[in-house]
Amino acid sequence: MPLLTVTDLRTYFHTRDGVVRAVDGVSFSVEKGETLGLVGESGSGKSVTCLSLLGLIPQPPGRIESGTAMLDGVDLLRCPPKVARTIRGRRVAMIFQDPMTSLNPYLRISDQLVEPLLIHEKLSRREALTRAITALEEVGIQDAARRVHFHPHEFSGGMRQRVMIAMALITRPELIIADEPTTALDVTVQAQILELIGRLQRERGMAVIFITHDLGVVAGLCDRVQVMYAGRIVETAATADVFARPQHPYTRALQRSIPALQPKGRALFTIPGLPPDLSRPLAGCPFAPRCAEAVEACRSIPPRLMEVAPGHHSACLRVQRGELVA
Amino acid sequence: MNSVASDTILEIENLRVHFPVRRGFFVQRAAGTVKAVDGVSFTVGRGEVLGLVGESGCGKSTLARTIVQLVPATSGSIRIEGRDLTTLRGREQRTLRTQVQMVFQDPYASLNPRMTVADTLAEPLLVHGRASRADAAAQVAELMERVGLAPRLARKYPHEFSGGQRQRIAIARALALRPRLVIADEPVSALDVSIQAQILNLLASLVREMGLSMLFIAHDLSVVKHISDRIAVMYLGKVVELGTAADVIERPSHPYTRALISAIPSPDPARERSRQRMVLPGDPPSPIDPPPGCAFHPRCRWAVETCRGQVPPLEKSSDGRHVACIRTADIED
Repeated sequence: MPLLTVTDLRTYFHTRDGVVRAVDGVSFSVEKGETLGLVGESGSGKSVTCLSLLGLIPQPPGRIESGTAMLDGVDLLRCPPKVARTIRGRRVAMIFQDPMTSLNPYLRISDQLVEPLLIHEKLSRREALTRAITALEEVGIQDAARRVHFHPHEFSGGMRQRVMIAMALITRPELIIADEPTTALDVTVQAQILELIGRLQRERGMAVIFITHDLGVVAGLCDRVQVMYAGRIVETAATADVFARPQHPYTRALQRSIPALQPKGRALFTIPGLPPDLSRPLAGCPFAPRCAEAVEACRSIPPRLMEVAPGHHSACLRVQRGELVA
Repeated sequence: MNSVASDTILEIENLRVHFPVRRGFFVQRAAGTVKAVDGVSFTVGRGEVLGLVGESGCGKSTLARTIVQLVPATSGSIRIEGRDLTTLRGREQRTLRTQVQMVFQDPYASLNPRMTVADTLAEPLLVHGRASRADAAAQVAELMERVGLAPRLARKYPHEFSGGQRQRIAIARALALRPRLVIADEPVSALDVSIQAQILNLLASLVREMGLSMLFIAHDLSVVKHISDRIAVMYLGKVVELGTAADVIERPSHPYTRALISAIPSPDPARERSRQRMVLPGDPPSPIDPPPGCAFHPRCRWAVETCRGQVPPLEKSSDGRHVACIRTADIED
């Protein structure tokens, strides 16, 4: 049985310029101990999906219009706030993108690390501090007993992200949601952090939802990949399958735009046009206006995510009809 | 590459940019110096793209800002077509400075939100007397077409454009005065992958069609590799390796370059899982208090006693590239 099952999640933002359908009918599940990569460009709805699960969508203007997110028989989207709080921070934790802004600059690291322990596990301050020091040691911060009393500004960017990871893991959650945890970091530091997340995940058997726009990061870390476009999932499969046999024109285009994979000296492949305006209703496939393979039907029939090969789902009409072969 | 020696647009020699660090609130005292750029020399030839890579804090942006004189140089020279920008003052300096223009990282912050595209692009033309108000419009339209924007959008404000389009406006502004050299400081790192490719294609075609030279600064090596003829790698204020793009990326020589290239995640699951990634221990050291000798030695697995004692000079190696490491001969692949 999956650890988390999300069904038909829709999160809309009601703005002055209309209703923005940021997440529009997303369903997926995460198994225990699995690493799921959530890939897409800015505005594809990957962050909003995860913030919805944790109840972190500002309401208003945001509103969860429909859907369920079941974790062990509890619906994260509808449970009472008190139940939500016991799940959040204890069984599900989040690592945010920017370690510079997600730590409280006024509080010592020790105060921020022990807080979840005092609330969720009712530990004494002394016990909690011991756990905090161990947690810092586990993420590779040396001299943790002294440095636990530092303020955030006394750490470098990479070290702050380690602190964030230590904080997310301190209650030993079953599911970690990491929202672009290495995007703000330098490549050599990114390599350190990715290795750390991979190691902790293996040691503790946690499930991880890893949000990123970098297909390179996904390739090394994730078991399964889910590609999002315009608030919908357009493709999902095991990592190796997505890279070797992508079954959606958007995934193929995304892969082809990576400079590293293209020969030097020739113009880079680009996807024409821009992502659609999500405050306007979309008739057919949201990618159709930019898709080189689109036919008339693509512009009128909204595609559904269907299995096109064992374990491989695609929301492309032409792939489903067998007209496009990888 | 051969054109470099004969036809040099930019020549930087032994450039140093040091910032004093003061401590204390009421009584300020000097507490040290940040050597942001510490003895950098290189040239950029006509029509050449030189990529400059390094991690945050290595001094690459300070270097760029010094070349356009947004930051004064502490010592050394910056010659543009043979004339030293650091010794000129007033009108002469301003005129020479028009030859070098800059494209900044964040197109959301680098455009004035209260100016239309037409105003933004006409401003340099009017300030430098390159156009009268009457014929500025024609030049603005030409600039917009050059960067792939429809001239009918000239009356719009920056907030009406997407990130990629804004970066096109910023590029058009940099081109307005027909510079010889464009310095692009992380021009695509704020953009999505599919938009990045569009902007890189635009920059590459401008270099080709207008005979521009470019100093392309980025931390993403795969982007730099694609656009550059040569690449310089910086670490803590110094250039540690300089060579052709193919040499630096495919056969890195300096231990830091090796680590940097090894750290790039590859979008190929099979390769990514089987390869041995070289993970550097620790963080880059503080430029206030750099380690003695080679600044990279505390994180270098090949470091020996001599590395702690002497600063390795940037020397030409047998294959024509320049490397600042005394151990290159002893490192096996």
